[in-house]
Amino acid sequence: MSLTSPAQVQVTSPAAAARRWTARSWPELNNPAAWIVALILLIMPLIANGFFLIEIFGTTMILGIIALSLMFLAGYGGMVSLMQLTIAGFAGYMYAIFGVSGHPNISMGWPWWLATPMALALATIFGTLGGALAVRTAGIYTIMITLAIAAAFYFFTNQNYVIFNGHTGINNIATPHFLNVDWRSDIPFYYVVLAVAALCYLAVEYLSRAPFGLALQGVRDNPRRMAALGFNVNAHRVAAYAFASFVASLAGILQVWNYRQISPGSVGVEGCIDILIIAIVGGITRPVGPFIGALIFVILRTFALDFLVKIGLDGNRFRLLIGLGFLAVVFWSSDGMIGLWERWQRRNRSGAMQAKGTPGHG
Amino acid sequence: MDSVAQRLSVVGAGTALELRGVTRLFGALAALTDVTITVRPGERRAVLGSNGAGKTTLFNCITGDFLPSSGTIRFFGEDITHFPPYERIRRGLRRTYQISALFPGLTVQDNVYLACRGVSRGRFSPLRPGQNDALMQSAETLVRAVHLASVKEQRVAQLAHGQQRQLEIALALAGAPRFILFDEPAAGLSPTERRELIEILTSLPAHIGYIIIEHDMDVALRVVESVTMMHNGRIFKEGPPQEIESDPEVQELYLGGGHE
Repeated sequence: MSLTSPAQVQVTSPAAAARRWTARSWPELNNPAAWIVALILLIMPLIANGFFLIEIFGTTMILGIIALSLMFLAGYGGMVSLMQLTIAGFAGYMYAIFGVSGHPNISMGWPWWLATPMALALATIFGTLGGALAVRTAGIYTIMITLAIAAAFYFFTNQNYVIFNGHTGINNIATPHFLNVDWRSDIPFYYVVLAVAALCYLAVEYLSRAPFGLALQGVRDNPRRMAALGFNVNAHRVAAYAFASFVASLAGILQVWNYRQISPGSVGVEGCIDILIIAIVGGITRPVGPFIGALIFVILRTFALDFLVKIGLDGNRFRLLIGLGFLAVVFWSSDGMIGLWERWQRRNRSGAMQAKGTPGHG
Repeated sequence: MDSVAQRLSVVGAGTALELRGVTRLFGALAALTDVTITVRPGERRAVLGSNGAGKTTLFNCITGDFLPSSGTIRFFGEDITHFPPYERIRRGLRRTYQISALFPGLTVQDNVYLACRGVSRGRFSPLRPGQNDALMQSAETLVRAVHLASVKEQRVAQLAHGQQRQLEIALALAGAPRFILFDEPAAGLSPTERRELIEILTSLPAHIGYIIIEHDMDVALRVVESVTMMHNGRIFKEGPPQEIESDPEVQELYLGGGHE
């Protein structure tokens, strides 16, 4: 059956062809809202001071990248991993151990440009191995295994003094200086974080429509059928963990540059659950969700304390606010803030259509 | 002296599918007992039998969803008994499911594209398919062939039942299938859709053989050249459709036995 004629020649102007190419391989570029957000983020140092730049937006993007790695696994792969913060922390620890810090008996003193790739590689391997364990399970067991890995790493760092310096952790970690720029000073660091976050975001977005990402979504929807189409399902899952681990370890490096120290507190189980909350509150169907969730989380964490004190409550109860917010979002939208936003847009659109339609019918 | 035809008769001979003494136990229950089937390349065969006769278990053993407890399975001469499902699929085996097994979160086009990608290289490719991607085009051709072009951008969760069954078949036709297992492809189809299904089955290229499980005799006996009757996990009878249809034992057991 010849349903297509290969001899058929499409006559289109190069510009139209280019437009179609963009529309097909990068449909996201046609969204004006994305361009506006990108512009605002780019000129942020003109608007915001150092505190907002790093404590709010920098932290948001770093947490957002870690939650993005979870969104990739959970949203596309159907695998809820609670060890993404652990992988980031592992990368941070490796950077501290291979690089320069205030503990010369622990740190090996490598320059940042050697310590960074080393830490990224080791953390990616660490996360991939954890993933290889986790893919043998499904659903709640995946959560349990990854939580167990996270808890084990937390206790190990707490008790090991030879490499991880126990409860104190590693302090005064050196950050990159080159081209006469201190890359940890506020504005350069903001742009470094922004660039990494943008790259991770675009990579996840791009992958979602590439064969690897599509196959991962197939594995999420129906692993058995994927095997019956010729896919090695577990290999795909492990590869997804490898990619997500790399993304999380990038955030781990940024985190350790940001705080210049790392300790068991940075890889606590509580923090792992925060990452889950960030991803769920933001929404795990699209890569922008984790960043929205992270922004809400960071704003609550930073300002809820003052707010609570002002209305006469204990400031340490800011987690209560986060918890209530989490409950509210999950209750009203199974798909986080993205879901709420999409529903609101749909309602507006159908409302507008009705408004337009009524006079014609009347 | 042998004639050329005689000497060359071994080329391409052999079997598409050969099961020898395949038994599958679930605990103490034997879902399949000592099943031996030989199917030639290009042969079209129906497997009939009442519910619980072991038909779907047979399919699951052939595709590797379950490993047989004993016995061997050969696919075009190769022993695939212990192969994982995806290795069997990459060798040209395909199957459809009784209850549609699709990817509801993806579009029709992406479902078929995945099927095409699964049996070719670049399954892990991180690059989006370009404008002239060959697999994307063969996916589009396949979508048109099963009359789903008008809904190709829709998510599968939104499709009607009949359309989902069409897609189920499209997924099994991707790539270069050599042998297909159809598990009740007509289940829940309207008479029109049944006619379309029969048309698809009868117009498959001659080198593609298949086994079809089908309760609807009108469909089953019209699209096959041989029939295997199963009962309680055993092969009960084999033969051409007319012979099976008129066999008194078969009639008592299956056709006239008050079954639907």
